[in-house]
Amino acid sequence: MNETHLPHIPQTKPRYSATFDPYTISEIERAAATGIYDIRGGGTKRKLPHFDDLVFLGASISRYPLEGYREKCGTDVVLGTRFAKKPIHLKTPVTIAGMSFGALSGNAKEALGRGATAVGTSTTTGDGGMTPEERGHSQTLVYQYLPSRYGMNLADLRKADAIEVVIGQGAKPGGGGMLLGQKISDRVAQMRNLPKGIDQRSACRHPDWTGPDDLEIKILELRELTNWEKPIYVKVGATRPYYDTALAVKAGADVVVLDGMQGGTAATQEVFIEHVGIPILAAIRPAVQALQDLGLHRKVQLIVSGGIRNGADVAKAMALGADAVAIGTAALIALGDNSPEFEDEYRKLGTTAGAYDDWHEGKDPAGITTQDPVLAARLDPVKAGRRLANYLSVLTLEAQTLARACGKSHLHNLEPEDLVALTIEAAAMAQVPLAGTSWIPGKNF
Amino acid sequence: MSAAQKTMENTVTFDLAAAPLRELNATLQGLDASTNQTAWSVHNPRGGHAIAVGLTAPIAVTIEGHAGYYCAGMNDGATVIINGSAGTGVAENMMSGLVHVKGDVSQSAGATAHGGLLIVDGNASARCGISMKGVNIVVKGNVGHMSAFMAQSGNLVICGDAGEALGDSLYEARLFVKGSVQSLGADCEVKEMSAEDKTILVDLLAKAGVDAKPEEFTRYGSARKLYNFHVDNAGAY
Ligand SMILES: Cc1cc2nc3c(=O)[nH]c(=O)nc-3n(C[C@H](O)[C@H](O)[C@H](O)COP(=O)(O)O)c2cc1C
Repeated sequence: MNETHLPHIPQTKPRYSATFDPYTISEIERAAATGIYDIRGGGTKRKLPHFDDLVFLGASISRYPLEGYREKCGTDVVLGTRFAKKPIHLKTPVTIAGMSFGALSGNAKEALGRGATAVGTSTTTGDGGMTPEERGHSQTLVYQYLPSRYGMNLADLRKADAIEVVIGQGAKPGGGGMLLGQKISDRVAQMRNLPKGIDQRSACRHPDWTGPDDLEIKILELRELTNWEKPIYVKVGATRPYYDTALAVKAGADVVVLDGMQGGTAATQEVFIEHVGIPILAAIRPAVQALQDLGLHRKVQLIVSGGIRNGADVAKAMALGADAVAIGTAALIALGDNSPEFEDEYRKLGTTAGAYDDWHEGKDPAGITTQDPVLAARLDPVKAGRRLANYLSVLTLEAQTLARACGKSHLHNLEPEDLVALTIEAAAMAQVPLAGTSWIPGKNF
Repeated sequence: MSAAQKTMENTVTFDLAAAPLRELNATLQGLDASTNQTAWSVHNPRGGHAIAVGLTAPIAVTIEGHAGYYCAGMNDGATVIINGSAGTGVAENMMSGLVHVKGDVSQSAGATAHGGLLIVDGNASARCGISMKGVNIVVKGNVGHMSAFMAQSGNLVICGDAGEALGDSLYEARLFVKGSVQSLGADCEVKEMSAEDKTILVDLLAKAGVDAKPEEFTRYGSARKLYNFHVDNAGAY
């Protein structure tokens, strides 16, 4: 035997490209196979500068904290004090963002109403009109006025507690709603006045006004339609927050709703979700600045949203100048979305609990983002509402904990001075100093 | 109510030069279905916005002059006659009732309206019947570009000509045009006039007092090619 043994040559490990990573490659393959863009639900998935990049300073020798048990820390908020005859009083500044019936099941809408009502906050309709389920179970209901005007009618307008004129959403500023055929059930089709089963894309521009001067007249009409009772909100996706806030105020808004790019959606092109708009962290200060420049900070209330997950996010948003926040994705998770309980089914859909985002397909194992009656029946609105109420209470308690530590007797007394940033990006965007320095990039060099 | 005066014909006249819009709308909105005071006349509208919006009582309101934006907006059961022209969004989101404009109308007439009848004796500007959801609209003159854009249901009768991109991204609304069409929008095509179409058209022409025969009109509707995402339609998205 004279077999020559070559010396063993070590193999390099397979190495993925940072540019062409496995996800990117799978997307190229998907695009090549289908010829159509990827649509999904949820918000941005990549890492962005966010509230985690800020910390509170807490009390020290120069500041004293409040006693947890004895000293009160208020959490209530009044929205719509500028022009509305009947402003809204909420016990907690955490509101439920607009999510449509259509995108969500009737049971999910009912659960949102139950949970929010239990803790004294509001829910919001969406791109599909008002359902009796949500009006019945939401003590305070904000009615969205969208470009599509699906289901819009005078009777419902008058039943609402506030009206939210939607110009845009953080997930897709400049884009319209989208509801694919699988979710256009008989009831959804009837409410929207559309053929069943079509892939429905809502208009992105309002049909009867363009620009701030028209918006002012539209708001006048909405007030005249509703006896000047209801607060009028204007919702914008975060892109040019200083000017959008100023123009919304000029047009007569009582409340400005500002939704950052992390904000969820029921269905939009992935490219839109990940590449349009700015993070909420970067949007709050310019919006507050606009209100301050107009002498209307706290008179026109500011609600912010986009990736709010816990009481720290709530407190930080408020310290930067917001009057309240709104949650979408987190509320759905509290109801049971992406629960490990359904792992087997998520696997069958080619995903896993925690990553499921095909909310547009209507196959949600948790019965939330679906119109399939069998799946929808899985969500018990009473129990899910209870979970949401628990979660909202935790958000409020956590925010209070942080406010007390900063010596604040009300969440509204939190201020930028209570915060520092852990990264230069966050310092620049939130306009608070980099921790351990007095440096705010862009402010003092 | 100082601005309102009753005439011999039992019509209440409301003068917008003497009292604010809020008073007019609050008065008209406050009437219920059983009111005996069914005839109203509004003087000096002077192009004001949001006149006679949100009416639910079966009353007849005549506006003596030109109205601004959103006149008769969200009307639900009233008859509103404008003896003049109307601005953007006349009868927007009407639920039921009749709105009759004797002059011309600006953009987005009858936008998103769910029901009722809108008659325009003159011309309508761009986006007439945009996103309409069940309303009937008869325009005796011409309509501007992008009319019936994303129109969902209902009927739009155009006795004159239509501008560019008529019926773009149309759903199930029926369009009837007597004159020429500058161009059709995406997914809008000529359809055969069915017996049902004819009945609808004859009825609307009669209601609007138009002396024309259904045979003089061409019927347009949705080709329904954009109803579901398809790679071959990418250019239209
Ligand atoms: C399922 C779902 C449906 C939504 N539908 C609407 C809608 O109809 N109208 C709207 O203005 N925003 C809609 N949004 C956006 C939310 O109102 C809100 O801006 C966003 O969810 C906030 O960000 P978050 O999800 O990170 O909390 C939707 C969001 C989700 C998750």
